[in-house]
Amino acid sequence: MIVNGSTHARAGEKVPATSAIVKPLQAETGRRPRTTPPESTPPEARPDAAAPTFPFSAIVGQDEMRRALLIAAVDPSVGGVLVFGDRGTGKSTAIRGLAALLPPMAAVAGCPYACDPGRPAELCHRCREQAVLRAEAVPVPVVDLPLGATEDRVVGALDLERALTRGEKAFEPGLLARANRGFLYIDEVNLLEDHLVDLLLDVAASGVNTVEREGLSIRHPARFVLVGSGNPEEGELRPQLLDRFGLAVEVTTPTDLAVRIDVVRRRDAYERDPAAFCAHYAKTDRAIRKTLTAARARLPGLHVPDATLEAAARLCLALGTDGLRGELTLMRTARALAAYEGADTVSLDHLARIAPSALRHRLRRNPLDESGSTARVTRAVAEILSR
Amino acid sequence: MSPAWANALRVARLAALDPHGCGGVLVRAGAGPVRDLWLDHLASDLGSRPTRRLPVGIADDRLLGGLDLAATLAAGRPIAQSGLLAEADGGIVVVPMAERLSSGTAARLAATLDAGAVRAERDGMAARAPARLGLILLDEGEGDDARVPETLADRLAFRLDLTGIAWGDTSGAAPDEVRPHLGDPDGVDTAIADLCRAAAHLGIASLRAPLMAMRVARLLAGGADVTNADVRAAACLVLAPRATRLPPDAEEPQAAPAERPDASPPDGSPDPDATLEAGADSLVEATRAAIPPDLLARLTQAAHAPPAPKAGRVGAAMQAPRTGRPAGTRPGSLRVGRLALLPTLRAAAPWQRLRAAPTDAPSDALLPIQVRSADFRITRFRQRSETTTIFAVDASGSSALERLAEAKGAVELLLAEAYVRRDKVALVAFRGTGAEVVLAPTRALARARRGLGALPGGGGTPLAAGLDAAAELAHSVRRSGGTPVVVVLTDGRANVARSGVPGRAAANADALNAAALLRAADIRTILIDTAARPQDTARHLADAMGARYLPLPYADATAMSHAIRSAR
Repeated sequence: MIVNGSTHARAGEKVPATSAIVKPLQAETGRRPRTTPPESTPPEARPDAAAPTFPFSAIVGQDEMRRALLIAAVDPSVGGVLVFGDRGTGKSTAIRGLAALLPPMAAVAGCPYACDPGRPAELCHRCREQAVLRAEAVPVPVVDLPLGATEDRVVGALDLERALTRGEKAFEPGLLARANRGFLYIDEVNLLEDHLVDLLLDVAASGVNTVEREGLSIRHPARFVLVGSGNPEEGELRPQLLDRFGLAVEVTTPTDLAVRIDVVRRRDAYERDPAAFCAHYAKTDRAIRKTLTAARARLPGLHVPDATLEAAARLCLALGTDGLRGELTLMRTARALAAYEGADTVSLDHLARIAPSALRHRLRRNPLDESGSTARVTRAVAEILSR
Repeated sequence: MSPAWANALRVARLAALDPHGCGGVLVRAGAGPVRDLWLDHLASDLGSRPTRRLPVGIADDRLLGGLDLAATLAAGRPIAQSGLLAEADGGIVVVPMAERLSSGTAARLAATLDAGAVRAERDGMAARAPARLGLILLDEGEGDDARVPETLADRLAFRLDLTGIAWGDTSGAAPDEVRPHLGDPDGVDTAIADLCRAAAHLGIASLRAPLMAMRVARLLAGGADVTNADVRAAACLVLAPRATRLPPDAEEPQAAPAERPDASPPDGSPDPDATLEAGADSLVEATRAAIPPDLLARLTQAAHAPPAPKAGRVGAAMQAPRTGRPAGTRPGSLRVGRLALLPTLRAAAPWQRLRAAPTDAPSDALLPIQVRSADFRITRFRQRSETTTIFAVDASGSSALERLAEAKGAVELLLAEAYVRRDKVALVAFRGTGAEVVLAPTRALARARRGLGALPGGGGTPLAAGLDAAAELAHSVRRSGGTPVVVVLTDGRANVARSGVPGRAAANADALNAAALLRAADIRTILIDTAARPQDTARHLADAMGARYLPLPYADATAMSHAIRSAR
C-alpha cells in the first residue's frame, strides 16, 4: 500500500504533469465578466453569445411563459419562474431576450454586489463603510449558472491568486454576488447537483449569502429572481425546490402549422443577419421596456381589494395547497399582472388568468398525471371565481 | 459503392463543412471497420481542424476545464487547464458509446452546442473559451438497450445508420450524384414553409428539425441561392431519419406516381405554379424513400424502452461514493475524494531526501515535508445500497381481521432477519378512509414490535391511498440512497376511493391508477393475496403494478416470510 504508485515515478523525480495538454486560459478572477475573447470563426457560421440576443418581442406564441417572465421583471418578489417543457421551444431564448430588454438600474460604482444606493438598509458591508456612494447605471445582471459549476464559484471563496502569490486572505465573490438584484438563470435545473440545490434554496429564501469557508466569514446580499428551465423527461425536481418558484409555466411545441412556420422563419432570419433582425424588432422591444418601467412605478400604489384576496384564499383552500406561499404568490402575481396591464385595481380576472401558473406546481403531485394539475386549477378557478 | 454508403459520405462532407452549424451526426453502428472507415473519411474532410475523442465517464475538469492543480502548485499562481471541449474548437468531438452518456454530461454538451462556447465556473476561476464544435455521437446500443439522450440527438442535424452497410458496399466509384435542377430558386419563405409542413407530415415535433434542414439546404447550395433540389436533399438527409410515423399516403393514389420523383427519374420540370401545399407534398414523397425501413420496428421498440437514467437519484447510480464505510485508500485527485492524510505522508516519505536535493527551488527546501500531487491518497468508501422492505398491509375489516396477525408475524420475522443483515423495514397500514405510516423505516426491533402491536383493524379498504403512501415512502427511501421493496398484503377488494368516498368502482379505478404509478416509478413490488379464496381482482392489481403475485390462502407467518425472501 505504501509504495503503491511510486515505483514508476522513480526514474524521473519531477513534478508530474497531470494532463497531457496544459494550455493556460485567461483566468478571470474577482472581476466582473469581460466580453468574450475575439472570435476567429468564419463569419457565415452561427451567431453566438457575442451577437445580439434574439429579441424578446420576436418570440412567437408561448404567451404564458412570456407573461410569467414579465411579471417577475415587474415584481422580483414573486419568487422566480420555472419553465418546464419540450425541447426546442425557446425557453433559453426568452430568458436571454428578457435580460436584454430590461431597463438599466442604478448601482454603487465598483461594488461587486451592485448595491442599490437608494436603499441603505440593503447595502453590503463594503458600501456601508463608505461615506459617499457614487452611483452608476448598469444593466440588470442575468447570471448563468452553468452545469458543472463548483460550489466555491457559486457562493464565492478565497481568492486563489492572491492567496498563492501574496499570501493574502481575500474574498472573491461568486455567481450569487453577481446575480444580486438581477436574475439567476439555471438551464436544466433538474440536473443540478443536490448540494448546489440545497445552497440555492437557502440563499433564495433568505436573500443573504453566508460564506463560512477557508477561514472566511462573510455575509452579503443576494436577492435574485431564480429562473429555471428544464425538461421533465430528464428527471424531476425536488419538491422543496419546486415550491420556491413563484410561477411555473409549461411550454409545449406549437402544433399549429402557421405558428411553426413563423417560428422557423424568424429564427432563420435571425441567424442569417442578427443585427438587421434585432433592429427590426427594436421598436416593439422598446415598447415592452416602457410598459415595464411604468408598471414598476405603478406597482406600489396598486390596491388589492378584499374580494380578490378572499377569492385567492378560497382558491388555495379548495386546491389544498400547503402553506400560505400559494396565496401570497397568487396575490403578488395578480397585482404585478394588473400593474403591467395598466389596470386601476386587481380584479378577479387577473387572478383567474394567473392562477394556473402560480398554483399548478403546489398541488399534491401525481407523476402520471402531469397535465392534470393544470386542469385541476382551471376547474377550481371556474368553480370559485364564477360564484 | 452502395447508395447508402454514398449518402453516409455525403453526410460526412456536410458535417465537416460546418461542424458547429450542423451540430454533428448521430451514427448508429457497432464498432467495426465500416464505422472506422467513415470516421477516417470525416477526419480527412476535416483536414487540420481538431478532432477529439470523449472518454466515457469524463470528469468535469477535463471536459470543461478548471484549475491545473499540479501546475498551480508548481508556479505559485492559478493556472487554468483547458477542457476537451475548448480544445476541439472549430472541429468535432467524437463520443463513443453515446447511449451510455449520463444525462449530466449530455446537458453540458448540449449547452456547449447552443452557446458555441464553453463556460466553466470551477475551482475558483471563471473561464470562457470558444468551442464551436460538432458532435459525432456513436450509438452502439442494440435492441432495447439505453438510447442516446434525446436532448442531445435533437440538436444534431444528421442521423446515420451504418449497420446495414457491408464492407463490400464501401468500395467502387460513387454513383453519379444526381443533382436535378428543379425549377428556379424558390423563395426562402416557401422553402421554410415546405420543410415545416413536411416535418409535420412525418410526425416530427421538434422545431429544430426544419431549422436544421434549412441550414443544411444552405450548405448544399454553397453560398448560391437555395434551390428546390437543395431543399429536397436536405429534407432527405435531416427530416427522413427523424420520422416518427410514415407520411399519410397520398390521398389520390393515381396522382402518386407523377408526384414521386424518387421512383421515376426526375424529369426536371416540376409544375412551376406548384402551390405551397404541393411543394410540401413532394418533399414528403421525396423523404419517403429515405425513411429507414425498420421505422415501424423501432417505433414499437421505443414504446418499451426502459426509462432513461435519471439524474438526481443518488442511490442506485452512485459509482464512487463519498460517504460510507472507508475501504482503503487509492491514489487520486483531491477533487474526487477526501484526502487520507497518513497514507499521503507515507507515500511521500521515501522521496524526501531526493526532493530536498539542491536542484529544487530554494523555497521548497524550507518545507519540512515535500508532498507532490502524485503522493495524494484519497479514501475509498464502500456504500452498500441497503434494502428497505415496505409492508403495505390491508387492515380493513373485509379481509384482514384474521390476516392481520399473520402479517404482523411476518413483519416481525423479517425484522429479526433484517437486524442481522442491517436491512430496514417500514409498515404502512390502510383502513377506513386513509393510510398511515405506522412504522417509518427502522431497524429498531422493540419499536417495531410496539408499533405493530398497536395496529388496529376494521373499516373500509382504501387500497389506492395505501399504495400511494407506500410509493411515497419508497421514493423517500430511494432519495436517501436505499433500494425499496414494496410488499402489499391485500385481498385486492378496494371499496374506498382516493378521496375517501366509498364506492367499489371508483375505488378500483383509483387502486389500478396507484398501482400503475408504482410500476412507472420502477419500484420492485410483491403482492400477497390474503383472500381466503384468491380471485382475479388481486391478480389484476399485481399485473398493473408489475408485481410478483403470491396467493397465500393459508398464509402463516413463516411461509410468508420465506416467500418474500425468495422473491427479492
